[in-house]
Amino acid sequence: MNAIRIIPCLDVDEGRVVKGVKFANIRDAGDPVELAERYSEGGADEITFLDIGATYRSREIMRDIVEEVSRRVFVPLTVGGGIRSVEDMRTILRAGADKVAVCSAALNDPTLLTEGARRFGSQCIVLSIDAKRHGDCWHAYISGGRTDSGRDAVAWAIEGVARGAGEILLNSIDADGTQAGYDLELLRRVATAVPVPVVASGGAGKLKDFAAAVRDGKADALLLASLLHDGVMTIRQIKEYLRNEEMMVRC
Amino acid sequence: MIGIVDYGAGNLRSVLKAFDFIGIPAQVIGVPDEMKGVTHIVVPGVGAFGAAVEKLDASGFRAPLTGWVAAGRPLLGICLGMHLFLDSSEETPGSCGLGIIRGGNRKFTVGKVPQIGWNRVIPTSDPLFTGLPAEPWFYFVHSYYAVPDDPVVTIATADYGVTFPAALRKGSAVGVQFHPEKSGEAGLALLKNWGRL
Repeated sequence: MNAIRIIPCLDVDEGRVVKGVKFANIRDAGDPVELAERYSEGGADEITFLDIGATYRSREIMRDIVEEVSRRVFVPLTVGGGIRSVEDMRTILRAGADKVAVCSAALNDPTLLTEGARRFGSQCIVLSIDAKRHGDCWHAYISGGRTDSGRDAVAWAIEGVARGAGEILLNSIDADGTQAGYDLELLRRVATAVPVPVVASGGAGKLKDFAAAVRDGKADALLLASLLHDGVMTIRQIKEYLRNEEMMVRC
Repeated sequence: MIGIVDYGAGNLRSVLKAFDFIGIPAQVIGVPDEMKGVTHIVVPGVGAFGAAVEKLDASGFRAPLTGWVAAGRPLLGICLGMHLFLDSSEETPGSCGLGIIRGGNRKFTVGKVPQIGWNRVIPTSDPLFTGLPAEPWFYFVHSYYAVPDDPVVTIATADYGVTFPAALRKGSAVGVQFHPEKSGEAGLALLKNWGRL
């Protein structure tokens, strides 16, 4: 049995972590390398970096950050944001990433998943889906959640995995930032439709939300940003809670 | 000095970075001749069994690696690197492994395949695990697992729908199914143990 993974997510813009991190004892709360080290020491099972800067320069800086983090942090690293080609994938994997996450670029050109999996293996390819409810279903959005692609999110997850994605990072646009809990129905629909791990993102506010995501949403991993960055809770607290709920976590 | 074999099928940079971090000198070796300058050898590996066997043969490492183990010198196989120590694999029928450990490799038939994630490892009393927690967690990424003929070579197991070997030892050859270079403190401690053996 695999442990439920707790994955801090750092949004990075031109080399600086945005959505400021409010820990005590941090020399530079905007330094992604230092934060990754802190989270790794704090029990993170994996670390995700999202390059939210849309510029070429931001991507170049991200590559250097990954290179540096991979010299100091020895848990799996996932990098997303601005990855548009197999060449972009290669660059970031060579720098030290273990997985690359693609969102808009895969919707625009699904062969990116096929080709990425063929070259680097499915275990490196994460399909990131930003989903928003439309009546009884969900649509996959592009451009940072601003544009409706019109594609059914569950169908897209199934296609993405068939094309070679080895994991789904599922973000609920509706739940994101509300701290009112995950969109459990969306999670369950996707997690029961695909044979690969699903990472839940968006909406967590309380400890019980994590247990619900795993138990009811069938999530394999939990991606967290502001709850950790703002010091509302620590990874160890979440793991202790899940352990008390009789779920497997890595000590 | 540790030599990490670059036969064109490995995730060797992260292994190199891990040894750098724990202060054990390591270098990449691309040709068998460079084995002269090292005391320990690591065979990393990502990808398919058959392709890795072909690359190992093309780069001329097959005989030198088996000779290395026969001489009692330390060899570590990681993931696919360990699979190569066995005779064969269901992944590529007909493709011959190094035969350092008798047996084959089998595909998982239950659960989500590949296994990608952290799993708990139950070690025997092998020195590879000295100083680690009693049941340490390691990071796994694989679809196939080793099935050695002689169960005595299994020095640690893990469970993923089926109990499978997480680590093997035969003489001076050690294989680990997980990725110590991605397994946080436990992984670094294990690499340190091995590097000192």
